[in-house]
Amino acid sequence: MDSETLLTRITDYANRPNPYPLYAELREAGPVVRQADGSYLAGTYHEIAALLHDPRMSADPRTRGAVTHKPPFLRLDDPEHHRLRTLAMRPFGPPHSPGRVDAMRGEIDRVTKELLGSFEAGRQIDVVDDFAYPLPVTVICRLLGVPREDEPLFRAWSDTIVASADVRPEGDSAETDKAGDQARTEMGLYLVNLAEQRLGRPGDDLLTAFANEPDPALRLTREELAETAVLLLIAGHETTVNLITNGVLTLLRHPEHLDHLRREPDLLPRAVEELLRYEPPVHMRERIPRDDIDVAGTKIPRGASVILVLASGNRDPMRFHDPDRFDPTRPDNQHLGFGSGIHLCYGAPLARIEAQAALGALLPHLGAARLVQDPPPYRQNAMLRGPRHLPIHL
Amino acid sequence: MPDDLMDGRIVVVGASLAGLRAAEALREGGFTGSLTVVGDEPHAPYDRPPLSKQVLLGKATADTTELPMRRDPDADWRLGVRATGLDPLAKRVVLEDGESLPYDRLLIATGTRARPWPNPEEAALDGVFTLRTREDAAGLAERLAAGPRRVLVIGGGFTGSEIASACREMGLDVTVTERGPAPLVGALGGTLSKLAAVMQRNHGVDLRTGVTVTALRGNGTFTGAELSDGSRVDADVCVAALGAIRNVEWLADTGLAAGPRGIACDAGCRAFNMYGIVTDDIFVAGDVSRFPHPLFGYQMLSLEHWGNAVDQAEVAAHNMINPGPLRRPHLAIPTFWSTQFGLNIKSVGVPTFSDHVVIAQGSLEARRLAMVYGFQGRVTAAVTVDMAKSLDYYRHLIETAAPFPPPLGAQDRAIAADVPIPSDVPDPKGLSHGPTVALTGYLPDRRLTVVPPTG
Repeated sequence: MDSETLLTRITDYANRPNPYPLYAELREAGPVVRQADGSYLAGTYHEIAALLHDPRMSADPRTRGAVTHKPPFLRLDDPEHHRLRTLAMRPFGPPHSPGRVDAMRGEIDRVTKELLGSFEAGRQIDVVDDFAYPLPVTVICRLLGVPREDEPLFRAWSDTIVASADVRPEGDSAETDKAGDQARTEMGLYLVNLAEQRLGRPGDDLLTAFANEPDPALRLTREELAETAVLLLIAGHETTVNLITNGVLTLLRHPEHLDHLRREPDLLPRAVEELLRYEPPVHMRERIPRDDIDVAGTKIPRGASVILVLASGNRDPMRFHDPDRFDPTRPDNQHLGFGSGIHLCYGAPLARIEAQAALGALLPHLGAARLVQDPPPYRQNAMLRGPRHLPIHL
Repeated sequence: MPDDLMDGRIVVVGASLAGLRAAEALREGGFTGSLTVVGDEPHAPYDRPPLSKQVLLGKATADTTELPMRRDPDADWRLGVRATGLDPLAKRVVLEDGESLPYDRLLIATGTRARPWPNPEEAALDGVFTLRTREDAAGLAERLAAGPRRVLVIGGGFTGSEIASACREMGLDVTVTERGPAPLVGALGGTLSKLAAVMQRNHGVDLRTGVTVTALRGNGTFTGAELSDGSRVDADVCVAALGAIRNVEWLADTGLAAGPRGIACDAGCRAFNMYGIVTDDIFVAGDVSRFPHPLFGYQMLSLEHWGNAVDQAEVAAHNMINPGPLRRPHLAIPTFWSTQFGLNIKSVGVPTFSDHVVIAQGSLEARRLAMVYGFQGRVTAAVTVDMAKSLDYYRHLIETAAPFPPPLGAQDRAIAADVPIPSDVPDPKGLSHGPTVALTGYLPDRRLTVVPPTG
């Protein structure tokens, strides 16, 4: 059965530049499709949205018997997820820190301008290395309170952790998992040490806030602080880099929309939402039913691995008119780019501001730009999908 | 698309949320004819939810809640003038200044107004308020900011509870009186209303339930009130939060099915006449409407919900400019929200259309829960407290008429989820305020007989 090998084909690196025909095949095969290895793929918008909101669906890999220590709140269930996410939200967003993300705008603009300083017409640049990667890294370092110079250090850990978290068909992944666990432990220690250096010497960053929380009931344990800080540091840049890069790639592939945006920069926020639908950084998330559940007539047994193909839901013609068309003026664009439900992306407000600022600042430079390589070389990862490099000629 | 529907004269009576969104949707849908919007308040359309929250707290002023326009509806705005009559045969709306506006199609979105304290002399005392308009909110906010010794809130519905919450947040002493057994009982039923009562008392509200206010006292200025249990409350400010009156009086003798519970219409927002015959050119949207909903036994629902005003206005506008086969029904699942005493309360479905409830997730003790309401074995509503992200799941259960109690398996499922208990929805007559959802199907307003038209 062809549809039973979809996950294998989706994760096959050869299909990384354009997985969308496979997603169409997935939706054609049904709202949920069983894979040969016993996992399930969900590819239609309404079913994915329903599963993301279903309290019977667990995000915790331990539900399917995976051996791992306690994951960060991204992969925990309520009520524990709620407690940790709420504590992590205190210094980051409303109601306790309502202006935090907005206050980063000046900083983001400054970093953007600095990076753009050396971009001259006629030059070739790599959008990833010269712009889309350094911007979110600098921003998240500043926000968390991590020294920017340590980037080479946490880049290695981050790469290993992200690789271990990728979606894979069943197989021998013990080594990747082990490497991921080790990197997580080391990175956690590094971040806890940084936080503990702030005890009594506060800065205005999140690590300071976590370490100096006066109310013991609202304080993260050492282990929780490690997990949370690792999550925020990694999620704070590994996704935004793809959002910005995918944005540049998509705009250069659609010069008419690029022109439109140059003329009407007010459209940028909507264009970013359309990018999150059309070329989202996060293509898949895993969930596990705690009980046998029925999805559109298919019974999924408890403990099964259910891969929600968010990027496929975003292209579902049952939900979006002409879904394969990139349309920055699209109305009613409730995409799954940030997921939905209780795990709705914690960093979404920051990602939006960064992408809007980055693309807005880059627009004037893209007038005569052209892609040097199309498709560009992609990263290995199928879940966090994006170009590894994006060479363009200014 | 027949051109004539996109052209001609449309009059919208009501310049609040539903009126504005309908006007925008008419233009969005391609209407090119003349569009007139009539409103009795002298302001451009403004938003009301902040009036009982941010405005009372002084975080926003009453004149800053203007509704953002999605697009300029290019309308002739007649603001500050009341519609006083309607001649459906001649197709004219009569305004209080004597002008009469001809229409080809009419949208009625006149909404509701605050139910005043019933004794006009007592209601006129300085310091006695209702809260519905921008002026009400500005006046009340000013009094609260001046630091009264005590505030008396009559009625423990959503508005009353939000006012009490704002008072406590400002450190003001406040007494709430509620004729029913607990606050919010008319909207949420017995179990959750107990949590509401606990929250109010924990936040220092002097909550008096099962009592009514019998008289307001004062000599020109409000000084206190007498209660049915013989006690007395001394206070400088009184807010009568007694629910709403639907603005239908101007339609008396028009032959439309307009009464105290609103104007009846079909699922496509077309008004009924008093015989239940649908009109061709008169549409209704927002708080003033009542409409049949298949998920709730086709009972004629009246909803005082922000979301309903928006959804229904869009459907009405669409149907006003499209021929029959392209018309859409208004089948949105009702939703509303409230924030009070630090809690975020969200509701989907119709909680009063229920016979049993279970706590499906969380717990009353944790102050974080999802309460699911069932009627005759299917899910009809859910209310979340500080758990709003779960709401879509329950909305789906309601839409698909899922069996009640809901399926097992939620990680943070309460033990109580196995034990459905009576939903304990009270008779609206026992409340000091109107419920925000009125199920009116089984409560006919009056006996109807066929009267042949004269003239």
